[in-house]
Amino acid sequence: MLPFDYQRAQDLDDAERRLADDENALLLAGGMTLLPTMKMRLAMPSTLIDLNGIAALRGVRTHADGLEIGAMTTHAAVAADPLVRDHLPGLAELAARIGDPQVRNRGTLGGSLANSDPAADYPAAVLACNATIVTRRREIPADEFFFDLFETALEPGEIVTAVRFPPVARAAYAKFANPASRYALAGVMVAADGDGWRVAVTGAGSCAFRHAGLEAALAREFTPAALDGVEIDARAFNDDLHASADYRAALVRAMAQRAVARLSGSA
Amino acid sequence: MNIDIDFELNGERVSASVEPRLLLVELLRETFRLTGTHIGCDTSQCGACVVHVDGRSVKSCTLLAVQADGARVRTIEGLADGERLHPLQLAFREHHALQCGFCTPGMIMSALELLERDPQADEAAIRHWLEGNLCRCTGYQNILRAVRAAGESMSGGGT
Repeated sequence: MLPFDYQRAQDLDDAERRLADDENALLLAGGMTLLPTMKMRLAMPSTLIDLNGIAALRGVRTHADGLEIGAMTTHAAVAADPLVRDHLPGLAELAARIGDPQVRNRGTLGGSLANSDPAADYPAAVLACNATIVTRRREIPADEFFFDLFETALEPGEIVTAVRFPPVARAAYAKFANPASRYALAGVMVAADGDGWRVAVTGAGSCAFRHAGLEAALAREFTPAALDGVEIDARAFNDDLHASADYRAALVRAMAQRAVARLSGSA
Repeated sequence: MNIDIDFELNGERVSASVEPRLLLVELLRETFRLTGTHIGCDTSQCGACVVHVDGRSVKSCTLLAVQADGARVRTIEGLADGERLHPLQLAFREHHALQCGFCTPGMIMSALELLERDPQADEAAIRHWLEGNLCRCTGYQNILRAVRAAGESMSGGGT
């Protein structure tokens, strides 16, 4: 790692000020992606502004529209939280399978979303559950948050403070994890949305996205078999040493079918 | 610029002056000479560097030393009570759960968090929990046996 300065933010005002003072500064949340990235010199921040001391950014609370989860809440805390398990069981289940226990003990919801790794799990959850990403400046619907590989709607200096989830009683996440890294080669979250279903995919494309064809098919008939004939266009999918684009397309269908099977009690 | 930190290390207050880029594992090994915590992959995959920070297992190659400021850190060296080994250490010896031993400290520190919370953890729970710890010698079977046995011993079953 190249040398950098380290500052501990006292509160959000302080973090925002420090971030504005130095355009090469980065926020440190869980560090589970950032620190390895810095070792590889793919990130070379002048300063790390550590958010870990800001208690207000942690925890789960009820909110008028459902649950609000602080951006610095760890995956392990989300997985174990009684409110999440009651109101968003699918989210608790997803969080319990991110990375490994040590990653879940440090990695955070806000950090994962802000990073928009193409294979991260949480982006599928916020898209499928129609969550809202709350920053110091505005509230961003999940549908408008993910732009591309490591690229989101966040502006320079904008800090994610929380994520608001409407209660979603019926949601399931199925992923095919790379056996070495535990990152999703393909992960699909299926979540109830009024009379219809939202289907979000991670691991397959440059960032998480919803799949209109799968959603339309499930609106007609909520069975795994209903997804058999849905076209899954692999042209823009990731194609690398871990899996070809076509294989990822096959996995997207299979994972969507597993999630549906679990929700309809047939698996 | 160096930063002064102080924290609890295996029950003792310690302090150090660290460069921000120093990793916790480097501080433990090089400054405090606690070389039981190993650096395997340095990419947070293998788990050889697992220690506890405030009671939770973490990969110390992916934590900055400055982040330990004010925390309670426990390493493999903090497990035995003098000459008396911890039940996990005894079980690893008893069940031949190590060959080269490189992964063992991380394996034990990781399993320790699971057993402290749920000494009755079954084999499926142990397998899922140890996903972040790689062993290239044993084939894992004896590690699973050792963790189960340690769990029984820790919940009063005795070995």
